[in-house]
Amino acid sequence: MTALLEVEDLRVAYGKIEAVKGISFSVEAGQVVTLIGTNGAGKTTTLRTLSGLLKPSGGRITFDGKPLGNVPAHKIVALGLAHSPEGRHIFPRLTIAENLQLGAFLRTDKAGIEKDIQRAYDLFPILGERRKQAAGTLSGGEQQMLAMGRALMSQPKLLMLDEPSMGLSPIMMQKIMETIVELKAAGTTILLVEQNAQAALSLADQGHVMEVGKIVLSGPGSDLLHDESVRKAYLGED
Amino acid sequence: MHELPQQLANGLALGALYGLIAIGYTMVYGIVQLINFAHGEIFMIGGFGALTTYLMLPSGTTLLVAIPLMIIGGAIASVTVATAAERFAYRPLRGAPRLAPLITAIGLSIVLQQLVWGFYPDAKKPLSFPEFGGDSFHLLDNLYLQRADAFILVLAPLCMLALGMFVSKSRSGRAMQATAQDPDTAKLMGINTNRIIVMAFAIGAAFAAVAAVAYGLDKGQIGWEMGFLLGLKAFTAAVLGGIGNIYGAMVGGVVLGLAEALSIAYIEEIPGMQQLGGGAWANVWAFVLLIVVLLVRPQGLLGERVTDRA
Ligand SMILES: Nc1ncnc2c1ncn2[C@@H]1O[C@H](COP(=O)(O)OP(=O)(O)OP(=O)(O)O)[C@@H](O)[C@H]1O
Ligand SMILES: [Mg+2]
Repeated sequence: MTALLEVEDLRVAYGKIEAVKGISFSVEAGQVVTLIGTNGAGKTTTLRTLSGLLKPSGGRITFDGKPLGNVPAHKIVALGLAHSPEGRHIFPRLTIAENLQLGAFLRTDKAGIEKDIQRAYDLFPILGERRKQAAGTLSGGEQQMLAMGRALMSQPKLLMLDEPSMGLSPIMMQKIMETIVELKAAGTTILLVEQNAQAALSLADQGHVMEVGKIVLSGPGSDLLHDESVRKAYLGED
Repeated sequence: MHELPQQLANGLALGALYGLIAIGYTMVYGIVQLINFAHGEIFMIGGFGALTTYLMLPSGTTLLVAIPLMIIGGAIASVTVATAAERFAYRPLRGAPRLAPLITAIGLSIVLQQLVWGFYPDAKKPLSFPEFGGDSFHLLDNLYLQRADAFILVLAPLCMLALGMFVSKSRSGRAMQATAQDPDTAKLMGINTNRIIVMAFAIGAAFAAVAAVAYGLDKGQIGWEMGFLLGLKAFTAAVLGGIGNIYGAMVGGVVLGLAEALSIAYIEEIPGMQQLGGGAWANVWAFVLLIVVLLVRPQGLLGERVTDRA
């Protein structure tokens, strides 16, 4: 069986500086895979390359059987790859409802879109209550919910989440993590980038640890969670 | 003695003209943060496209039939030049330091002026443009509205209304707002942001062509240098209203037009300021107004503070 996403020896550079130095991993349909690692490891760079915002300088990306390397960013979501970016990046002066509709920009099934917007409101009731409000007025956690809801609106085959818990209160963080578990239970395939290694590894099928542009350790989430070097480096134990 | 209603009407008509041109500056700036200094020349080219169209019509065509065709012909010319400029001059510089596209725009503006001056038949002198025949509309005792002024006072609000509907209601308009607010994330939604940028240039150019037809009908002539001062004024209007905001462009235009008309009429009546009034000083007062407004509201009348755009 071939994986939904296959990344082989991927390299990405900013000018002369290589930020991703030949990484390989794959995501099978139905799995949750997480990339963890310290600041500047190259996690965001990897996701931005997968969604076409950055061009790889080497290696291969195959998604759902198709090569991605040179597909322009605006054509990637149509293939079934959705990206909830680091820092949320909701459209601040559009309403919550409009933000969600933009997530479904390429869909034409009006009734289906309405149903999925309702689903987003069920998933995050606060979004439903504030649907007519400018998204920029939401709190950080609410914006994160909106960013996730918006990414789901494209009905992706693979959902990429970049640090969904960043800057959130413990309660908000837990809510977001619970949602990821819910999505996983519903069969959503997820590639999750997290600084919160504990949370990410406990719900991931597969984990990869990145350090300065390389994957230094890979394995099932539960194994990594109990790996001594991971516990030292990322879970603050000694 | 100048009559106030008449001055207000003159100012509104002038302001509507500024506003229509200002839309082009503000749409492009709102989406790519580029000040398209060549937009004044896009306006001028719209005028020449309209005139060319008029000259191709069979003699005896009434203005009622000619004007829509002139607007279409002018818009074809201005949109073609504006989108070509975007594609071949500005797009290759996207991501370059801001000064590069700005200097390109200034250079392009000079090139376009020279091309028209050098190659359009007889364009080294002003060319005569069809004018409305017939009397002004006599609205009140002391208020006359020239036909050309009435024309722009009807057309400008219609254009604005259509644009407002397009931006807020249509799928492309929504995509345009998303691109203006966060271009990378817009791409993640599946929006072809290059197409949206071309669309912004095209809409601005079409509005400039409408303005150019109104201008020609009013003055009875057009010329290769007509875009320079008007472009500068319209840019001022866009900044005054809050650059990036389409309603701001119209509000800025009207405020500027009114200020000019009123300064022409009334400043010289203020004791001690006789020498500072009249038409010669109107441009100075326009820029004084800009400076004062920007001191109080740096983001312009309807602009958002930059922090809101993050
Ligand atoms: N636009 C850019 N230009 C130049 N270098 C960049 C750019 N963006 C990121 N980098 C560099 O690339 C490296 C990887 O950054 P990246 O944002 O991918 O890391 P990350 O793993 O997502 O980190 P974090 O956990 O802090 O989000 C870093 O050294 C960073 O400084
Ligand atoms: Mg990151």
